[in-house]
Amino acid sequence: MILEYFQMVDRIVALDRKAGTIRTSCQVPTQSPVFVGHFPGFPRLPGALMIETMAQTGGWLVLAQLKFAKMPFLTRVESAKLRRFVEPGETLDGAATLTHDGSGFAVIESVISTGGQKVASAEIRYVVGPFPNDTIRAAMVFKAREIGFPEDCLHAE
Amino acid sequence: MASTFETVADIIADTCDIERDKITPESHAINDLGIDSLDFLDIAFAIDKSFAIKMPLEQWTREVNDGKVSTEEYFVLGNLCKHIDLLVAAKPA
Repeated sequence: MILEYFQMVDRIVALDRKAGTIRTSCQVPTQSPVFVGHFPGFPRLPGALMIETMAQTGGWLVLAQLKFAKMPFLTRVESAKLRRFVEPGETLDGAATLTHDGSGFAVIESVISTGGQKVASAEIRYVVGPFPNDTIRAAMVFKAREIGFPEDCLHAE
Repeated sequence: MASTFETVADIIADTCDIERDKITPESHAINDLGIDSLDFLDIAFAIDKSFAIKMPLEQWTREVNDGKVSTEEYFVLGNLCKHIDLLVAAKPA
């Protein structure tokens, strides 16, 4: 994770497009400017970034479903629970399941845990639309390859 | 068993916090009820789940944007319900 760049997912551990499931690995850095303010003398991963981690985990799954033809944009976080603090240096395991593949939108259930203990969970919804421009699409394809996104999910049929 | 309209109207009332009595088959979701695109996605999600269908919103949007049909075709609730009934009828047994 590079918190200040909103790069939350380090690696895709497993992605099953047919089953609509994904697992990711997210290493919380030991140091980050984010921890300077959150909180002084008590560094903890902000809850907003836990939600972002769940949203990005699910986002990669939706991108796989779409085979990169379109892009998901976060629209709604429902029933979010932040169960405990996350400290610098911890490894978060992300998991998401596609619960609804709508026309122009998608819904996932996402969980992050550490050491088998659930840290946070939420239902997350996305609107699905065209990539805003070629630059962002190219950057996301590059990032996808970097984190182990399946090559066969990178191209629309 | 509730009619398609009753189910859709209940969903809209719950999702958008609109008084149920104000929702009629003649209501236009946008012009009369003030439902925006994000709320409409939530409504679509609830309708998809309730009727076990997938409303083709992207196709409907293209048809409206291309001028093939007016917004009334899909956003007047009575018409929307007719399309939902067609989708339900077309589901595999």
